[in-house]
Amino acid sequence: MYKFLARRLLSTIPVLAIVAVLVFLMLRLTPGDPAAILAGDAANTEQIARIREGLGLDRPLPVQFAIWAKSILSGDLGESFYFKMKVTSLIGQRLEATLSLATLTIIFAVFTAVPLGVLAAWRFGGWFDRILMGFSVMGFSVPVFVLAYILIWIVSLKLGWLPVQGYKPIAEGFGPFIRHLILPAITLSVIYIALIARVTRASVLEALGEDYIRTARAKGLPESRVLIRHALTNAAVPIVTVIGIGIALLIGGVVVTESVYAIPGLGRLTVDAVLARDFPTIQGVILFFSVIYVMINLLVDLSYVFFDPRIRY
Amino acid sequence: MAFSRKLAAFAAFATLAAAGVALAQEKVLRIVPHSNLAILDPIWTTAYMSRNHGYMIYDTLFGTDEKNQIKPQMVEEWTASPDKRLWTFKLRKGLEFHDGKAVTSEDVVASIARWGKRDAMGTALMTFVDRMDTPAPDTFRIFLREACGFLLEALGKPSSNVLFIMPKRVADTDAFKQIDDYTGSGPYIFKRDEFKPGDKAVYLRNAKYVPRKEGPSGSAGGKNVYVDRVEWNLALRDAQAQANALVNGEVDVLEAPAFESVEGLKKAANVQILNPAPAGLQYMARFNHLHKPFDNPAVRRAALAAFSQEPFLKAQVGLKEYYRPCASMFTCGTPYGSPAGSDIQSKSNMKKAQELLKSSGYDGTPVLIMKPTDLASIQKLPDVAAQLLRQAGFKVDLQAMDWQTLVGRRSKKDAPDKGGWHMFLTAWQAHDIWNPIANAALDARGEKSGWFGWASDDKLNDLRAQFMRETDDAKKKQLAEAVQARAFEIGTHAPLGEYVQPVAARKNISGFFTTNGNLYWNLKKN
Repeated sequence: MYKFLARRLLSTIPVLAIVAVLVFLMLRLTPGDPAAILAGDAANTEQIARIREGLGLDRPLPVQFAIWAKSILSGDLGESFYFKMKVTSLIGQRLEATLSLATLTIIFAVFTAVPLGVLAAWRFGGWFDRILMGFSVMGFSVPVFVLAYILIWIVSLKLGWLPVQGYKPIAEGFGPFIRHLILPAITLSVIYIALIARVTRASVLEALGEDYIRTARAKGLPESRVLIRHALTNAAVPIVTVIGIGIALLIGGVVVTESVYAIPGLGRLTVDAVLARDFPTIQGVILFFSVIYVMINLLVDLSYVFFDPRIRY
Repeated sequence: MAFSRKLAAFAAFATLAAAGVALAQEKVLRIVPHSNLAILDPIWTTAYMSRNHGYMIYDTLFGTDEKNQIKPQMVEEWTASPDKRLWTFKLRKGLEFHDGKAVTSEDVVASIARWGKRDAMGTALMTFVDRMDTPAPDTFRIFLREACGFLLEALGKPSSNVLFIMPKRVADTDAFKQIDDYTGSGPYIFKRDEFKPGDKAVYLRNAKYVPRKEGPSGSAGGKNVYVDRVEWNLALRDAQAQANALVNGEVDVLEAPAFESVEGLKKAANVQILNPAPAGLQYMARFNHLHKPFDNPAVRRAALAAFSQEPFLKAQVGLKEYYRPCASMFTCGTPYGSPAGSDIQSKSNMKKAQELLKSSGYDGTPVLIMKPTDLASIQKLPDVAAQLLRQAGFKVDLQAMDWQTLVGRRSKKDAPDKGGWHMFLTAWQAHDIWNPIANAALDARGEKSGWFGWASDDKLNDLRAQFMRETDDAKKKQLAEAVQARAFEIGTHAPLGEYVQPVAARKNISGFFTTNGNLYWNLKKN
């Protein structure tokens, strides 16, 4: 187990190194000049050149990369061209909003989708199963922004129950914090509910056909215990995998939701940085996302041990 | 012991209650600006958001009132020698920076020097300045090598880059490095610790600010503040979400609601639509003078003849009450606004454009137009330009890209097929183009010129130089007309009409006044 953990942690180093090189090169090779953006609309070519020089963008690419790599190795993601702040500070400022939204979304999604999926498998082919599968197709198909606007119109503008936009840190009170997150989390969770419910249904359905389920029922166990203790537990590995991937995707995939609900999270930061060709921020955020992905995958792999004792590392 | 605990508890409760009452009474003006605020140095960049931030926290020597007249702001009185080469300015009493130190003439001179290295009018002015000195803490003098006709216009210019007065220690920063001390002497104090780019910027009322007695007018007049705190919501950028938030009372002012939202907002019970900046903005098509076919003035004139303004305005703005065709390169309604020399565009038509193109020697080189796909405020203009040029007989290569790619690419002088360009379209606020010096598109010094497109024309440069030296208002007006006529003659660029940007606000917000930008003093929240 510990060897596996050490091996996996070590394997993140080349992954992150490759990501770093690719991101660095891709940004330099795509069109757009951070200096021209920073200088503003009325700046002239000489002023832009001076700013480019100040940012170090006139130096050869290997030199620029070496400077950046050196600062990363010392734990510094560099300073944003655009915001004139440490990239780590920028990420720190935005992390709470994105993590809160992602956590609430995944809680909504898991606590809704897993029971629905189990019930659908239990009543396979019945009306509940069909409705759920229909909902699932809708959940996949409706764009996030359409759903967001519909929810805002009904819940906020017509009923006046929740705010239209914004984010309140938890430090300002749990009430305002949760009120601002409910609509975005529901909006974002729909697609994950659809995905997790389908996977849960398929896995539980497969488990329900196994001999040990027949044995459990033959022993006279209540159906709820058969479903939860025997079927769901044995079907957990693919469900946990999908949830893990969902969490990883959520961290970086909340851009549209953050835009519509004006949540100052990492998604908006990434968009702003890309639009401003803010190389240090884009590089820092992508590296950060990469670390998150790797860690979540590792946690998912480790969780298999608890759900399936046959798995050994 | 028990009594003292109770006393302490009571004291704590009373403090909290008092704080609660104070918070409840605090008037917060919640504004959604037109864009994100990232750069906090309004001299280092010409970005409008940085300029607006500057107006919140800094003061200016002069302002430009709603009638486009230069009026004193920090200056109490000033005199000019008979030969107009020595200007003496005295600061008014009570000027104080946010750190409690008095504003002195040394702060002013340092601020002028830094601004003079970055701003277009500032750099032009500095070519006339021999030296500046500070004979007294409240007095500074500007010695000119020769008389110049735009000194006050430059010191009081209302748009980027505005001459904001900073403490000397800040203004001494290299003009090509951003400042990191945001101490001003303006009506608001910047809350640096609450600033989160992409989220919010916070400004507190500067209780020690002494406003002028006159009423607010443009960037001049009294800057009275009637709210305790102004919050710029930098996260709310989706147009529909902005409108929803205003209707729901979650924000107080939308600085630039989308035109598509305006009709809906007009119907909302608690929302008012205002037009505080009637001078508006002008659309512009800029030619690249370095490369074929727009290195040929006859081809540029053919394009000018094709660019009737109405189609651009209809497509981009749509609502007739918010746009106006304008044949002037200097913004209609401002001192130099005039139709002089504009016949090639204003009285032309497609048939004329086709004839001009045929006789120009145009060789069929496709015109590469850069179209920004992500900037809604100008996004439709390139499509109209492409269609009109095709009708006139041009071959057109309309290339879509994001605005930032466009911004990077337009600074390249390479040939269009090697990463350069032929044409881009943009919009300017009225006061950025309202005279021959400020209007960057009229700088015709070729590759040395101040703005992308690199127009080259000695006669135009000569006329601009005459304008800079002329001190008589009537003659300046004539020279501005001559500059414009020459610019149309050689086709520096094409003005594409003007529009005003409405502001949407909750009905409990009052005190809006005629401005030339986005200025947030004098507003009351009831």
